[in-house]
Amino acid sequence: MKGSVAVVGGGIAGIQAALDLADSGFKTYLIESRPSIGGVMSQLDKTFPTNDCAMCILSPKLVETARHPNIELLAYSDVKSISGKAGDFKVKVVKKARYVDETKCTGCGSCTEKCPSKVQDEYNAGMSKHKSIYIPFAQAIPRIATIDAAHCLYLTKGKCGVCKKVCGPKAVDYEQKDTEIELNVGSVVLATGFKPFDPSILKNYRFDHPDVITSLQFERLLSASGPTQGHVTKQSDGKVPKNIAFIQCVGSRNPHIDRKHCSSVCCMYATKESIIAKEHDPELNITIFHIDIRAYGKNFEEFYNRAQREYGIKYINSRPPEVIVGANNALSLKYEDFSTGVVTQDFDLIVLSIGLDPADSTRALAQSSGIALDDFGNIATSIESPVESSVAGIYVCGVAQGPKDIPDTVAQASAAASKAAALLSGERGTLIKERKFPDEKQLSPLPRIGVFVCHCGINIGSVVNVPGVVEYARTLPGVAHAREMLYACSSDSQAAIKDAIAKNDLNRVVVASCTPRTHEPLFQNTCREAGLNPYLFELANIREHCSWVHSKEKERATEKAKGIVQMAVAKSALFQPLYKQQVSLINKAIVLGGGVAGMTAALDIANNGYHVTIIEKEKELGGMLREMTELYDGKKPADVLKELIGKVNGNKNINVINEAKLLKVEGYLGNFKGVVLANGKELALDFGAAVVATGARNLEPSGLFNYGKDPHVVTQAQFEKMLGKGISANNITMIQCVGARNKEREYCGRTCCVDAVKNAIRIKKANSKANVFVLYRDMRTYGVMEKLYENARDLGVIFIKYEADNPPKVQGGSVLVHDHMLNQDIELASDLVVLSTPLVAGENEEINQLFKIPLDRNKFFLEAHPKLRPVDFATDGIFLCGSAQAPKLMDEAISQASAAASRACTILSRKFIETEGAVSVVNEAKCIGCGTCVTVCPYNAPSLYDVTVNVEEVTYTTNKSKINAASCKGCGSCAAACPAGAITAQHFSSKEIGEAIDAFDKGVKSISIEKGFVEMTV
Amino acid sequence: MSAEAATDTKTNDWEPKIVAFCCNWCSYGGADSAGMGRFQQPASARIIRVMCSGRIDPLHVFNAFLEGADAVLVTGCHIGDCHYVNGNDKTKIKYKYLENVAHELGIEKERLQLNWISASEGEKFANFIRDVTAQIKKLGPSPLKPEGVA
Repeated sequence: MKGSVAVVGGGIAGIQAALDLADSGFKTYLIESRPSIGGVMSQLDKTFPTNDCAMCILSPKLVETARHPNIELLAYSDVKSISGKAGDFKVKVVKKARYVDETKCTGCGSCTEKCPSKVQDEYNAGMSKHKSIYIPFAQAIPRIATIDAAHCLYLTKGKCGVCKKVCGPKAVDYEQKDTEIELNVGSVVLATGFKPFDPSILKNYRFDHPDVITSLQFERLLSASGPTQGHVTKQSDGKVPKNIAFIQCVGSRNPHIDRKHCSSVCCMYATKESIIAKEHDPELNITIFHIDIRAYGKNFEEFYNRAQREYGIKYINSRPPEVIVGANNALSLKYEDFSTGVVTQDFDLIVLSIGLDPADSTRALAQSSGIALDDFGNIATSIESPVESSVAGIYVCGVAQGPKDIPDTVAQASAAASKAAALLSGERGTLIKERKFPDEKQLSPLPRIGVFVCHCGINIGSVVNVPGVVEYARTLPGVAHAREMLYACSSDSQAAIKDAIAKNDLNRVVVASCTPRTHEPLFQNTCREAGLNPYLFELANIREHCSWVHSKEKERATEKAKGIVQMAVAKSALFQPLYKQQVSLINKAIVLGGGVAGMTAALDIANNGYHVTIIEKEKELGGMLREMTELYDGKKPADVLKELIGKVNGNKNINVINEAKLLKVEGYLGNFKGVVLANGKELALDFGAAVVATGARNLEPSGLFNYGKDPHVVTQAQFEKMLGKGISANNITMIQCVGARNKEREYCGRTCCVDAVKNAIRIKKANSKANVFVLYRDMRTYGVMEKLYENARDLGVIFIKYEADNPPKVQGGSVLVHDHMLNQDIELASDLVVLSTPLVAGENEEINQLFKIPLDRNKFFLEAHPKLRPVDFATDGIFLCGSAQAPKLMDEAISQASAAASRACTILSRKFIETEGAVSVVNEAKCIGCGTCVTVCPYNAPSLYDVTVNVEEVTYTTNKSKINAASCKGCGSCAAACPAGAITAQHFSSKEIGEAIDAFDKGVKSISIEKGFVEMTV
Repeated sequence: MSAEAATDTKTNDWEPKIVAFCCNWCSYGGADSAGMGRFQQPASARIIRVMCSGRIDPLHVFNAFLEGADAVLVTGCHIGDCHYVNGNDKTKIKYKYLENVAHELGIEKERLQLNWISASEGEKFANFIRDVTAQIKKLGPSPLKPEGVA
């Protein structure tokens, strides 16, 4: 067994899996084929349904990945093969030649600026060009230039060589060759993602026309970092389009080209892109042509409704057969509208909503390494084991397993990490590096500030007079040393900074270069290596905030740079060493709820080596799966449950308390104290992390469609049970969206379409003569579930679309429905009417009160972030999975459960909890105990405690606040809100901010330098 | 400030001094993106980074005015995007108060502005600085500016 894992693919799935594994004590190799990590998410402008900026939420994860001591990033590398067995795999990796030395390149971009040759830019989906030597995008990690060997003038013709000439750190190396390395790892996680469908296969959609573009190209047009800076223009003439059409399911749900799957994300991304385009230009007319709108995820239906209601986006239920190119290259679509017949409409721009094809690398790797694929070319898995490939020890996550959106991808990534970690739990911590630093040196009483001003090649130096700034810095109070640097971030500069700290006895360091958002950790680390506390460091951003944005005003830019440096120096003089506290933790977890999700989470935590208690309110484990009689792959839930419960009962790390509930909780991450009520007795339970897996319940559709009055009207859940015993009915009509997608309950039930189709197939298989009708609004058999829908139609199940404003009527032994497509009323004789109702939230309010974790408007739990933290809560140490978050299918609930376990294990595996260093502290003497900080803090960090005060023989008890450093995130909101000024937000104290404000516009003359205070170093 | 000085500012190329409070996660990133996108802007703004706009104490804002700022900008993440759950909601509340006090003190509304800027909105950040600078150039130096500060 090896304590290391290879993660193949550096998109959001691979990044999340790698971070979870590295945080849980495993050495992780992250292997990415492109020059930088980030995958397709890095190309997105926004993400649905919150329209969060994709890069803003992704970029911190990129940086975290790059600087994690346990992650080794192998970018621009391909995995050739995987051999061996669980616990001991050999992974062959080819590191492709970048022609740039990764250890020397600082990512300054000087080479890119001077390079004369251009290549189509893959990042901008081919709509712009980048240079032959390039960095794919601004936030790229690793930020290292790569030469496109096919287009480089030097490598193709032996001419040019300018990049080598201009490269300051001498990183360009034309002689570099591909190198092959072999990694020996315990487990492999496949996160190879997808390939956007190439629409040129479909000649009828005229992708050869410049104004027919893919959805990914449209996404780039919308992006501020895209080829048009976010202005949507036509590729043909650069003009602004007025009428835009989206054609859905291009490369999806199309058996003619062997794409039978639904790509799961296109309906929502088309909606998102339409909304953003309308926000840019409200005059646009946007029409989305679709088969079904599959708004099945959390808040998707609401998003879809808003697109229509607030943005006037038109949805037409028709799939145009072709794009018509008329005279003058004008575009039009001919389609059938169910109410008005065949219509031809002109459009200026047509966006093809392209589907997700399996990546070439998935297929190649599966073949070379003997991993089974499913019918669609995805890595094959099963409902009960959604992240386990056919090869033990090789796990899969993200779109490589089947089309899915970002949150489902992230959840699966954590789930795959959980499985790999459980397999290797005995080797946890054996291969990781722990950084050793020298002891911090004694600080001399007066500030001795070192200022290092960076030229950044020519990025700063060509605009700002760097020597002038250095001269100026020398005159500032407290500055003991100032010098310029060509690249402050290069490794030789780190050595020079450390040297200067030692020689000049520096106790504060200011680097004037670029943004702290990317470079602060690097310099903090350098300071720490030189024996300085990392909080004695400050960055002055004179590149992003100065040279780059005042490139035409050299003098003003220099003045401003001086000002920025002065502010940084003034602030840094007040810096004090801050320490992350180490708090012990309880390496045990609790899981609330003993359904499939709860049991899976508990098993994963237990298999990772930690003790876990399941608290279940019912007499028996199993939850909603007890009510099911068949899974959609034909398996019997009873068998699945028996196996799962057997595993739970047989695991010595798991303790189950039935008929129990959690009464009280206090504490914080790593140290919770709970009280459980079971058998009328209260028992204390301490734990370090908790997983909420309390599930949901089926809606009772009282009063709808004669339910409760007519015994022939049942819910899908009841019907599921009846099918287990066998039914005698011959004419069965199912009605979808009962009690869902309406005013009262806006959300989509997600699982109901799959359940209905599954049961329709069961009826037909048992009795092919039975008449089965499914009355639906949109069939939402997303992803590979589309296969079920196809099977049902093949078996003769009749699907009839109805409109929300004209629902079916149940009358005696028949159902009357207005067929939307035929535009006529149909009466269906029905012995049995089955109502598909959504899952609704259970008793979540109790738990929400206990842990102070938020609920959404439908009373499901609200995760920390809908995209990138789908199983976390904003409060650390508490995790979420299964239908308690929103309705979901069993395999999705299982993925989430493993994900929650993985997230919990990143905490349970720690030796101690490390707090933020720059936390807020309360001055007890000033505190008036008003509790404002308690109200303001979103993390429950401040709390009030009783203090007995003794003043002049009067003794009284009063409240005082204290802030728990373990829970504080250092936002400083409490400090700003405290009416008594009793709270200090360390590192951002009012004094420190005040000094910076004080210094912001002082000319040199207004500074008084105390004699002896400053030592000039020239 | 005298009327004379005000006319003066229109003719010479007096540049106002603007203090911009930016939160680490969004608007500071927006200023970074402005740099990465090379969105040119007047060299009038000095950015003070805080972790969250919720950290900005009204006192910091007045302190900036008293130190000679001609305008103070309070910026943060878009509502709903706060890295610290709801810090910017608190900023909104404090800003209401700030606006009132600034009005009482006779500070023109152009001199105190609130804006939500995401880390990707580089162009928006640059435009904001450009617009505010133009507005303040018209108004001239702040009435609260102490003697001897340019």
